[in-house]
Amino acid sequence: MALLEIENLRVGIGALDILKGVSLQVNAGEIVAVTGESGSGKSMTAFTVMRLLPAGFRYEGRVTLAGTQVLETTEAQMCALRGNDVGMIFQEPMTALNPVQTIGDQVAETILIHEKVSRAEARARAREALERVELPEARFPLTRYPHELSGGQRQRVVIAMAIALRPRLLIADEPTTALDVTTQAQILALLQRLVAEDGMGLLMITHDLAVVADMADRIVVMRHGEVVEQGETAHLLAHMQHPYTRMLFEASRHAVALPEPSVNPQALLQVRGVSRDYPLPRKRLFGPPGAFRAVDRVSLSIERGERVGLVGESGCGKSTLTRAILGLEQVQEGEITVAGQPVFTGTRPNRATRRRMQVVFQDPYGSFNPRHRVGRLITEPFHLLDDPPRGKAREAAIAEALTAVGLRASDAGKYIHEFSGGQRQRIAIARALIIKPELIILDEAVSALDVSVRAQILDLLADLSARYDLAYLFISHDLSVVRTITDRVLVMRAGRIVEEGPTKRVFDAPEHPYTKELIAAAPVLPELA
Amino acid sequence: MLRYAFRRFASLCISLIVASAVIFFAIEVIPGDPARYMLGINAQEDTLAALREQLGLNVPTHQRYLNWITGMVQGDFGTSYTYRSPVADMIGERLWISLPLALYALTLSTLIAFPAGILAAARRGSALDAGVMGVTQLGVAVPNFWFAMLMVVLFAINLRWFSAGGFAGWEAGFFPAMKSLTLPAVALALPQASILARVMRSALIDTLGEDFIRTARAKGLTKRQAMWRHALRNALIPVLTIIGLQFSFLMAGAIIIEQVFFLPGIGRLVFQSITQRDLIVVESVVMLLVFAVIVVNFAVDLAYAWVDPRLRGAR
Amino acid sequence: MSEALLDIEATAQPALWRKALASRNLMIGAALTLFFAGMALLSFVWTPYSVTGVNIAAKLQTASAEHWLGTDHFGRDILSMIMVGARASIAVAIVAVGIGMGLGVPLGLAAAANRGGLLDEIIMRGNDLVFAFPSLVIAILITAIWGPGAVNAIIAIGIFNVPVFARLTRGAALSLWKREFILAARVAGKGAARISVEHILPNVANLLIVQGTIQFSLGILAEAALSYVGLGTQPPVPSWGRMLAESQTLIYTSPHLAVIPGLAIVLTVLGLNLMGDGLRDLFDPRIRKAR
Repeated sequence: MALLEIENLRVGIGALDILKGVSLQVNAGEIVAVTGESGSGKSMTAFTVMRLLPAGFRYEGRVTLAGTQVLETTEAQMCALRGNDVGMIFQEPMTALNPVQTIGDQVAETILIHEKVSRAEARARAREALERVELPEARFPLTRYPHELSGGQRQRVVIAMAIALRPRLLIADEPTTALDVTTQAQILALLQRLVAEDGMGLLMITHDLAVVADMADRIVVMRHGEVVEQGETAHLLAHMQHPYTRMLFEASRHAVALPEPSVNPQALLQVRGVSRDYPLPRKRLFGPPGAFRAVDRVSLSIERGERVGLVGESGCGKSTLTRAILGLEQVQEGEITVAGQPVFTGTRPNRATRRRMQVVFQDPYGSFNPRHRVGRLITEPFHLLDDPPRGKAREAAIAEALTAVGLRASDAGKYIHEFSGGQRQRIAIARALIIKPELIILDEAVSALDVSVRAQILDLLADLSARYDLAYLFISHDLSVVRTITDRVLVMRAGRIVEEGPTKRVFDAPEHPYTKELIAAAPVLPELA
Repeated sequence: MLRYAFRRFASLCISLIVASAVIFFAIEVIPGDPARYMLGINAQEDTLAALREQLGLNVPTHQRYLNWITGMVQGDFGTSYTYRSPVADMIGERLWISLPLALYALTLSTLIAFPAGILAAARRGSALDAGVMGVTQLGVAVPNFWFAMLMVVLFAINLRWFSAGGFAGWEAGFFPAMKSLTLPAVALALPQASILARVMRSALIDTLGEDFIRTARAKGLTKRQAMWRHALRNALIPVLTIIGLQFSFLMAGAIIIEQVFFLPGIGRLVFQSITQRDLIVVESVVMLLVFAVIVVNFAVDLAYAWVDPRLRGAR
Repeated sequence: MSEALLDIEATAQPALWRKALASRNLMIGAALTLFFAGMALLSFVWTPYSVTGVNIAAKLQTASAEHWLGTDHFGRDILSMIMVGARASIAVAIVAVGIGMGLGVPLGLAAAANRGGLLDEIIMRGNDLVFAFPSLVIAILITAIWGPGAVNAIIAIGIFNVPVFARLTRGAALSLWKREFILAARVAGKGAARISVEHILPNVANLLIVQGTIQFSLGILAEAALSYVGLGTQPPVPSWGRMLAESQTLIYTSPHLAVIPGLAIVLTVLGLNLMGDGLRDLFDPRIRKAR
């Protein structure tokens, strides 16, 4: 008998149907991955199984979990199931734990809720659960508070809470999306190990097809609240039926056709021996405050029209380096020049230098002032020009920028909330292009986008770089994207560049042990038959 | 924890020093010559000289400030010009009415507001919630002294449960004294309780929407368990801020409400002193009020650290 | 890449005007507030009777055809006094809130723009210091030196409003400074002052409007309290607070003397608070769900 059986599940609110007849199954010891783009309904399916949706939804169909009819049972019975027969872990580990309770208490609580044992015994079993998720006592006693742990460690605690009572089914909603590549690999390995040890079923929600292909026994592809295709992994990868599935996988491994780099290279951006320190809060009342070195004597150079990638995990200093290059932060050591001109003269950034560089950020929803129209938003960089265009010239510039990124000139009169995530990133690129810079820095610019949209934006980028002879610095933690969009790549760690070289060479034959670790940790999508 | 407490204590000392400097500057420097101010325009020169001598005005300003501070620390608040008696004595006995009144009101306010706010949040959208919101909406709009007047009419005159005013005195015993403070405390407490209940409710609702509550429910906690064991303590953090602020309003309110109940507290003293231009009394009373507020806020800061472990260790 | 649990893109929102009209809180609150504001304005040109004339013969009457709300112990028409008193309360409250906003908002913006720096620290400490002095205490200090009066009441309440707005603005601004569109403005070469005005201020405006109505209502309560103890509006100008003070000895025989000014205060404050709630719901529909 299947652990979890969902039959023709329909969920809606008011007049809106969100899930339109979802059916799937998870058996003991099996890993089933539900994948799809945003809005596909995959998280909603998971929350429905746990009946954790807020009030006001209507349900139809059947959900059978460990013999119980989830949609018809009482709340009290669901409480008995949750944490006991079925556990769930979520996407954001940084906010998933109660900040004012110790991790020991939080894990022990799962046990105390469901079983009548003494506090001492619950704590002993909590200790065991923490050991199982690789948080040893020496470094992680039960008295630790969540704020003392990193994101990956907190996610382990959440997993410990979920599996403390050895549930039969574990539901994981995008459990590693917010984590670094290497941490992600560890957490996924942990999950696989727990499944094997306990004979648990794992229902994993993720948008990352490489992870799915790596881990899952069966794949369920969802779109707009429906299951588009499902099947055993190897079979599905070899014999994709539905055009959407094909599109999804192709977009995931989309290889951008990079035009040839320009023939006459000149140095554009030169970073020499740059260091950036942040002062730390005083530990003692007297004595100098310590400093944290975010960027440690980094040197790099980018030539005209060159497409360079920068990979590194969170905290490696890539954001700080970006801000230093853009002239937003002072450096303590070294110098940064663009076409020979320094970014800073004394303490003031040089406008003439800065107008040769622009930036595209990660968050399509936070990159724009919600109160301004698109026309005003994309002309913000005009502030760097000595004589910005006005009147007709300004309108022409706006129209040119918008059409170059695949939008219409008439979009200039709209507000940003009228656009989707992918369209907003196009507008962000238009904003970066409008003063015709020579270098664009893209800081995780496609990381928040759906896979299909991402492929389009990457194509756009390649096209623009050829047309406008643009150099770009593409910063990302996503190795597969960097691989396809850059000629040369640098690997950064703890404030230092540990390796650099032509993209193909670095990915195929990495030299530095950290690079090797990164590449080994990143899940790879296998080739289609 | 110790380091945090030490830092907050240092902050308290600095606040006290700056506040005292501000008060000193306002009272003793701005009016120009305090002696002339107190005696009026037509004062005689020799009276002025005598007063200046008595007030210790003939030393440099910073010296006067230091004398004042050292005097206060030793319990000497100067001598009232109008009553010719030590200010410390006058304030002392009246402070023991105003301060307990404010604390009594604070206690009542908290005791009423917490259950009301928690229940309203737990049963959001229900008739109970609507009722709490309606009553508190009215409660925050009512001036406490007017409410006090109405209560006197109802409880003292019509029902005769309480006396209409006056203070029984601590010598009469704890309970009789508290009884005469009850109507004033209730009048003070009700508007503040309304504010506090609303803050409690919205803090709890906000906390209930956080991710870790979802995690708790996924472990099998019922909604009620999740609220009591996880949400409440986190919601206390913003509520504590308001309680600290409330104490200062309650001290001010106590002063005003004394007029309704003819309580011989600090209120009447300070208002008479203003009319009589007795700057020494005003200065001391203001200093004491500010001192009380700063100390209470320090206690609130310590309470924060008890509730929120993130503030304790410097990890 | 997260999938919001209820990832329904905002469909076309009804116009702000329509939503405003549909909000019960806002409509009732606005009606009450406008009623009293209207009375105050009207009192500049006309009141049923003069408020300075004393008419002992007509004293202590209850509501009648000639005096809709009755007369007080000096024979003055209570309705007229309420109308002129509205003027005092509203004027004091408005100017005090104006001072608070006018000084507090720029301070808050400056502190946030400086975040972590010396200016920020100074402004924060200053806030804390002023918070230690409740309005009443400031009023006591001011009146001890300069004597009682409406202007001094305005200054006292205004001073206390400054840290309220400074702290609110600073908090909201700090969270905005972290957003990427601010970073984009910095990349475009804009300085902190320009960014504060062009980007931060418009996005905190809603918050300030809501808080402004709340502080306005608190200002009315504060003015009433100060007038009650004699530190606010001075005779012969009528004020609601002082009407309450004068009614105290006569409350058992002529309760209307106390009830009417008190009700006026309650209704005005209630109106402002309802309006503030309504505005808050209007500006941020997400908050409506949480209420």
